[in-house]
Amino acid sequence: MSPSTDPGRPEPDATTLAPPGDARPVSDRGDTVCVIGAGASGLTAVKNLREHGFGVDCYERETGIGGAWNWRHDRSPVYASTHLISSRPFTQFPDFPMPDDWPDYPHHSQLLSYFERYADHFDLRQHIWFGTEVIRVEPVDGDRWDVTTRSTGGYGPERISRYAAVVVANGHNWSPKLPHYEGLEEFRGEIMHASSYKDPAQLRGKRVLMVGAGNTGCDIAVEAAQQASRCWHSTRRGYWYAPKYVFGRPADQVNDSLIALRVPLRVRQWLYHWTLRLTVGDLTRFGLPRPDHRVYETHPIVNSQLVYYVGHGQITPVPDVARFHAKAVELTDGREIDPELVVFATGYLPRFEFLDPRVLGDTDGSGRPRLWLNAFAPGHPTLAVAGLVQPDSGIFPLSHWQTVLFARLLALRLRRPDRAAAFAQRVAAGVGERYSGRVKDSSRHWFEVGHADYLRAVQRAMDELEEK
Amino acid sequence: MSQQQRVRIMRGREWARPVRPARREVLSALPEVERGRPPLLFVPGFGHGAWAFAEHWLSHAAGRGFPAYALSLRGHGGSEPAPEATLRAYAHDVTQVAAGLPRQAVLVGHGAGALVVRHALARYPARAAVLVAPVLGDWATLGTALRRNPGGTLPALVGGGLRLSRRQLFSRELPDAEARRYAARLGRAGRRAQWQLLTHHDPEPAVGDPPVLVLGSPDDRVVPPATLTRAARRHGGAPLLFPGMGHDLMLDARWQEPIDAILDWLEKEHP
Ligand SMILES: Cc1cc2nc3c(=O)[nH]c(=O)nc-3n(C[C@H](O)[C@H](O)[C@H](O)COP(=O)(O)OP(=O)(O)OC[C@H]3O[C@@H](n4cnc5c(N)ncnc54)[C@H](O)[C@@H]3O)c2cc1C
Ligand SMILES: NC(=O)c1ccc[n+]([C@@H]2O[C@H](COP(=O)([O-])OP(=O)(O)OC[C@H]3O[C@@H](n4cnc5c(N)ncnc54)[C@H](OP(=O)(O)O)[C@@H]3O)[C@@H](O)[C@H]2O)c1
Repeated sequence: MSPSTDPGRPEPDATTLAPPGDARPVSDRGDTVCVIGAGASGLTAVKNLREHGFGVDCYERETGIGGAWNWRHDRSPVYASTHLISSRPFTQFPDFPMPDDWPDYPHHSQLLSYFERYADHFDLRQHIWFGTEVIRVEPVDGDRWDVTTRSTGGYGPERISRYAAVVVANGHNWSPKLPHYEGLEEFRGEIMHASSYKDPAQLRGKRVLMVGAGNTGCDIAVEAAQQASRCWHSTRRGYWYAPKYVFGRPADQVNDSLIALRVPLRVRQWLYHWTLRLTVGDLTRFGLPRPDHRVYETHPIVNSQLVYYVGHGQITPVPDVARFHAKAVELTDGREIDPELVVFATGYLPRFEFLDPRVLGDTDGSGRPRLWLNAFAPGHPTLAVAGLVQPDSGIFPLSHWQTVLFARLLALRLRRPDRAAAFAQRVAAGVGERYSGRVKDSSRHWFEVGHADYLRAVQRAMDELEEK
Repeated sequence: MSQQQRVRIMRGREWARPVRPARREVLSALPEVERGRPPLLFVPGFGHGAWAFAEHWLSHAAGRGFPAYALSLRGHGGSEPAPEATLRAYAHDVTQVAAGLPRQAVLVGHGAGALVVRHALARYPARAAVLVAPVLGDWATLGTALRRNPGGTLPALVGGGLRLSRRQLFSRELPDAEARRYAARLGRAGRRAQWQLLTHHDPEPAVGDPPVLVLGSPDDRVVPPATLTRAARRHGGAPLLFPGMGHDLMLDARWQEPIDAILDWLEKEHP
């Protein structure tokens, strides 16, 4: 058993409701709040709800905490070499600092140990049911929720528990997005999604085609440059490859010095372009396409090594894939290449299978919930989603403040129902609001947020909620 | 009062300019059997180091079942020298050590260490906080200091070191040799931090609104009684008073009474 495996908690002493005519027994958990997932967002939800006096039941389908950052989990998307892209101050929880002698960009194993310490420090494991999957969440009268759970893997009976509120913290980087290509079934080579890439040994000596230039695609392309016999990197547009350090400091810290001075986005973009031109230089010289957008209009790539290997001829930039043949891949410029292994680093899609999509405002089945602050659904004042943000910085401080705001809202529902009602109106009016500058339309960008715009919006929401 | 201020979410300057790490001295005394009591983290005031708590309080607290730790703020005791330290760097030292403890800690600050604790509380959800003879940087405390110890205080106002005299710190009950020995160990805080005693912003609200206990001595020659009362009222209580003791309650002759009072309070708060 892994060290973070928990034997589970005692059975709750709840009264069982058996409404006449309904066969399903429901165990009433009173004022307790349900948290779905014990990744970073779920853990901070448990901690902040407890801090505001709420009882919490957290369900986690894996046997340990840490979500994506626990590489023991089958669905963990991290690979052996994963290091953070957001530097420490932007990544740590605002009230639980990472050790200051850690590097600027810690390794994934350090991140897991940080979450383990967070869980132990605040004694969170006693509230978590491990190996338990949430399969259904349904609203019932009185803004309460029926949550159906069962052992992960579908064994054992289903249980229904009724909660006063629910925090959905199920993560958005575990369900791979695999694009469809003509001829893919005929292709004789090996194909995989980046989610099953763990170790550079998987690339050693092979001719590799990388598809996609998110941070995953760029990290793996660099490893392919070092390990594979050949590496083509296919992107459907040009990007800005930002280095991890500028002027000797983590690049995000330099950017936030400007944000703190309230330098407008346009000026920051201009300064960034200028800095990149002076340092990284003109990338079209290497055969990389010119970006079709300004910096910050696609999710930032933070990678100092990619351009270096392109310059060494160890990564060959190529355009989008047009179709597959049995022994070749045809590109949109008509060229054919002959990789043995194709790695799709085409990202992930958020999924909320346990919820009727309409609850999250996804009325057209597009898979894109429509919420306020990416967290609150109109008509459901006791529901919050935590971590459904793709920030240009660390995600954990955002999840922290989302759950603090929700905990305070729940507390005010009892003490100041007028305030809670005003908040509900705000949710209805603000649904679908965006917290970033313009971004390219892409399955990964509809929940892209600028951390400063986003946190300022949370600050305003908190101030309005608690105004005297 | 802490309730009325607003939480500050955007911390651009802090993110952009993280405090530099510094080697920190942490002394500890642990109970023989773990009894599930919260760890205590003692934060010494300006000029003092972790040693001030290692004399009596750490082992006494451990004897009553509390894991007890004390740190030396940077530039003090056995920690790395830091002449340019700021109040923010000191608060950073406290949150770093606190977050490194196995469980959620109780922060106990003495003297100006109490002000450091109040700032740290805005960046770490302490289980509870205790302010011992708190120097919270108000003008009344400066007035008292100038009156009782002009020679030690005036130089601080023009950028020199703040010097506390033996007679301000201890009652006459403490044998003179001991008082001299302790006084000889005193160092000094960073110049900028000293200034910030007067110029600092009010601390932001404490995370998680922990219970706060204030205690001190009406005969303290550094902190006037009015300051104790005001500090306690801010947290909705009255100060616990130990007449006849000097400012350094943890070193003075009757050191056991205040620490027992703190531990009794904690046992009531967290049975
Ligand atoms: C390679 C890689 C590197 C990354 N690097 C960074 C970075 O540097 N900085 C950054 O901020 N972010 C980074 N991210 C983004 C990453 O998604 C977040 O850091 C973080 O994992 C989000 O935490 P979370 O708790 O919201 O989601 P997750 O970590 O995914 O946790 C969700 C948890 O919910 C559980 N769960 C899901 N559904 C159910 C269910 N139905 N029932 C019970 N349990 C359920 C899962 O098992 C999981 O434990 C990276 C992502 C990848 C793929
Ligand atoms: N080191 C790290 O800390 C690290 C490492 C990896 C990932 N991450 C984080 O993890 C999250 C996921 O990153 P990711 O890189 O896995 O995914 P991602 O950011 O979603 O990137 C996917 C890439 O694939 C492209 N793509 C998507 N669909 C495509 C299609 N149908 N055809 C061709 N190209 C397609 C995208 O192009 P478009 O530009 O058109 O969208 C994009 O370049 C991000 O938040 C990322 O920052 C962090």
